[in-house]
Formats: sequence, structure tokens, C-alpha cells
Amino acid sequence: MSQKVLLTSKEVHIILHRLACQLIENHLDFSNTILIGLQPRGKFLAERIKQILETEYKVPAIQLGFLDITFFRDDFRKSDKLLEANKTQIDFLVEDKKVVFIDDVLYTGRSINAALTAIQSFGRPSEVELLTLIDRRFSRHLPIQPDYRGRQVDAINNEKVLVKWLENDGEDAVYLVTK
Amino acid sequence: MKELSVNHLIGIKHITKQDIDLIFETADQFKEVINRPIKKVPSLRDVTIANIFFENSTRTKLSFELAQKRLSADVISFSAAQSSVKKGETLIDTVNNILSMKVDMVVMRHSSPGAAHFLSQNVKASIVNAGDGAHEHPTQALLDSFTIREKLGDVGGKKIVIVGDILHSRVALSNIFALQMQGAEVKVCGPKTLMPKHIESLGVKVESNLRKALEWCDVANMLRVQNERLDVSYFPTTREYTQQYGVTKELLDSLNKEIVIMHPGPINRGVEITSDVADSQQSVILDQVENGVAVRMAVIYLLASKIKQ
Repeated sequence: MSQKVLLTSKEVHIILHRLACQLIENHLDFSNTILIGLQPRGKFLAERIKQILETEYKVPAIQLGFLDITFFRDDFRKSDKLLEANKTQIDFLVEDKKVVFIDDVLYTGRSINAALTAIQSFGRPSEVELLTLIDRRFSRHLPIQPDYRGRQVDAINNEKVLVKWLENDGEDAVYLVTK
Repeated sequence: MKELSVNHLIGIKHITKQDIDLIFETADQFKEVINRPIKKVPSLRDVTIANIFFENSTRTKLSFELAQKRLSADVISFSAAQSSVKKGETLIDTVNNILSMKVDMVVMRHSSPGAAHFLSQNVKASIVNAGDGAHEHPTQALLDSFTIREKLGDVGGKKIVIVGDILHSRVALSNIFALQMQGAEVKVCGPKTLMPKHIESLGVKVESNLRKALEWCDVANMLRVQNERLDVSYFPTTREYTQQYGVTKELLDSLNKEIVIMHPGPINRGVEITSDVADSQQSVILDQVENGVAVRMAVIYLLASKIKQ
């Protein structure tokens, strides 16, 4: 197993700021926008984006929720491992709101597909966008593309993109791991 | 990755503390799901479940059906009263006939202890025991513990007294196993005639005085007087039972602490507990019913994930 650094801590920070600015460009004061971090790994990215928007760009009171898609996945009983659920925390309705899904890596697109179904349990959003730190090109199973992407990566199937966060893994970095 | 240690839920005795923890962690998420505007997830859309009830049930049957539907499973239900069982068909034949219609899981209630275990040995489907005679009722015990955990933070170290007809109660036996496995202390309280011989061998203490039992406990689980199972007189009159083992508001108020009152239902109002106790702040009877759906969703979800396609 070998691993290569895709993004260093400094690069991650620059990208997070760019993504935050791109969100402001489209959503201005976020009064009608809801950020949704996809559990488990999108949670960290979503919290970071919210923090940058609030402290650096003084956008007040951003609504942030976390959505767990375990029970909506299309591979239940198809993979050998049990799909273990995480906490969903959406204390508001998304009816007629602009929803931004936030996840760390976009790969096959199946998680996003499940999230699109899952979010309907909380109302009918007026539109849904997707923000992702890493976009693994050419590996999509479904016609799903990000609206905001941090970095595009070409990785083959036996490679894995590993996103680490300071608060959880001790550093901010992105690695390409070859099994 | 964690998974259940069993392929069937026959009784609490057959599962482990880790299984209970996993069921509760999963049930936490399902409880959130059933409080959403749209209370349904598509996980089990390719799973078919048969509910076979050879004995009457309202709550358990509704709760299981609702849990299955909230998981998007296809559900068929039958009660023995309207079935070919009356024509003399054996249990295995009945169930195998249902299974040949491509059913993946069977939820069964039966009046014979061991019926669910017998079935799990003889048919190819995942079996969930919804009560077998006076043996076990595992999902009830799980939802009772889940409710205690929700109310008091943890089951471990808590003192629980089970009051009433211990002799005929599958709820009591499953609860004793489940509570002890999680590190709770259990006492049973009731008339001597309704106390099984050698109950102490399960590691529970017997207390014949209700007031003393209530003063000792954090939670009192009041069992129903099962008139339909009382073939001979176990106590002189219902009135005498109520005077000795019925919980009243006055009795609760005279204790030096606030205890939690549970009841598996259906309640005989004015027998085991009075109406004002059943409807009081201390009663979690309706929480038990709500949690029943979440816990049963978790059990079915976790067992279904073990059915190979």
C-alpha cells in the first residue's frame, strides 16, 4: 500500500476559501439556503465551510444540517458489510429552500442519488446543488456532476482518495492511496 | 463492521450485550426517521415479511406491521382464526406454504413455548419471535430497555422491579434476561401463587411487599393480570389483588422519590395501575409504544441485512 499527497494543508485551506466565495457568489446572504453535510465524512467539510462563511466573510446564521443516507442506499444486502447508520440532524423543513449538499469525495454518484431521495423526507427543495472537495472524474455510474468542486482527480479503481480533517484525523490533507 | 451475532431473534437469551447495543444504536436513527414529515425509508423494498399470529395481539401486530411498512418491506399478515390451521395443518406446513410464495422473514406469535425456536430449525427464513407462550417476548424487552435508556440515560446500574403475574409472563422473562445483560438489578414482586418456583436461580430477588419494592426501585414495570391464562384461581379476588399489588397515585406520591412507571399493555385500568397513574407524568407507557416501532425497525433491518440474496 502506497500513498501520495494530493493536497497539503495549505492547499486545502485555499480551496475551502474559494469554495466559500463561490457559494457567496450564488447565494449572497444565504437567507433562503440550507447547507446539508452528508454523513459521515461530509459533516467535517460542511462544518468548515460554515465556519469560514461566518467568521471570515461575516455571513450570519447559516442553517446547517446533516443527512444520513444509509437507509436510502441501493446496495443494502448487496455488499457483504452491514450498512451502519449515522445521525441525521435536520431540525427544519427544506420546503422551497435552496439546498447545497456537501460531501468530501464524489465518486460513483450513488450516495448523491440516495441523498436526493432522502432529502424528500424533509420537504421539496426549490433547487439542490452539490459541493464536493474532490471530484473523481470518469468514475461516475450516474449522470451527477458537482456545482462546486475543490479539485478534480483522475484515479483508477483500486486507488482510494482519503480526505483527512484536523478535528478528526489530526491533519488537513488529501491522499491518494493505492491498495 | 458490526452485525448481529444471530440470524433469528428467538429470545434475549440467545443474543449478546453487543447485539443489544447495536439494536439500540440503530433504533436511535429509526426513531429520528419516524419523526420526519415523511416517515419512511426504502431499505427493505426487496424483502417480503409474513406476520403469523396464532394468538391475539393488537399492539405487537400493529407495531411490527408499521415497522415493516416504514422500512418499505412487503407485508402479508394472517391470524390463525381465519386460516387453514383450524383445518388441521401443521405449523411447519403452514409456514413452508407461506415461504414458497418467496417470503424472506417470518414474525410469529404462538401459544407454545419454543414454537419460534422450532421453526427456526426447520424452515429457511429469518424468524422473529413475537411471543411464544410463557417463554420469551424479545422485542418487548428490547423496547422496555430502550425506553429506560432514553428516560434514565443508561440501563446499567439501575434498579428495576417487575410487578404482577411473573408465572405466565413472557415479558417478565425476556426483561429479566435483557436487564441483567445490561447490568441492571432486577427484583420481582407479586403474589406467591404467580411467582415461578426457583425464580431466584435467574439471579433476581423476590419481594412480596409492593411498597418496599417501589421504595427500592428506579423503574417499576407493571405487568398485566392475564385473565385469559389464569385457568385456576391464583388470587381470591381482583379487588384483593389491586389492594396488594395495584399502584395508585397515593402510593406513588408517598414514596420519597419519583420512579418511572412502565406497562407493556394492554392495561387493566384500576387493576394493576389506576387511571391517574397510567396517565401521569411518571408513566412512559405511550413512549414504550412509540419506541416499539423504532426498535422493531432496527431488529428487522439488522436481521434482513443478514439474509443472502
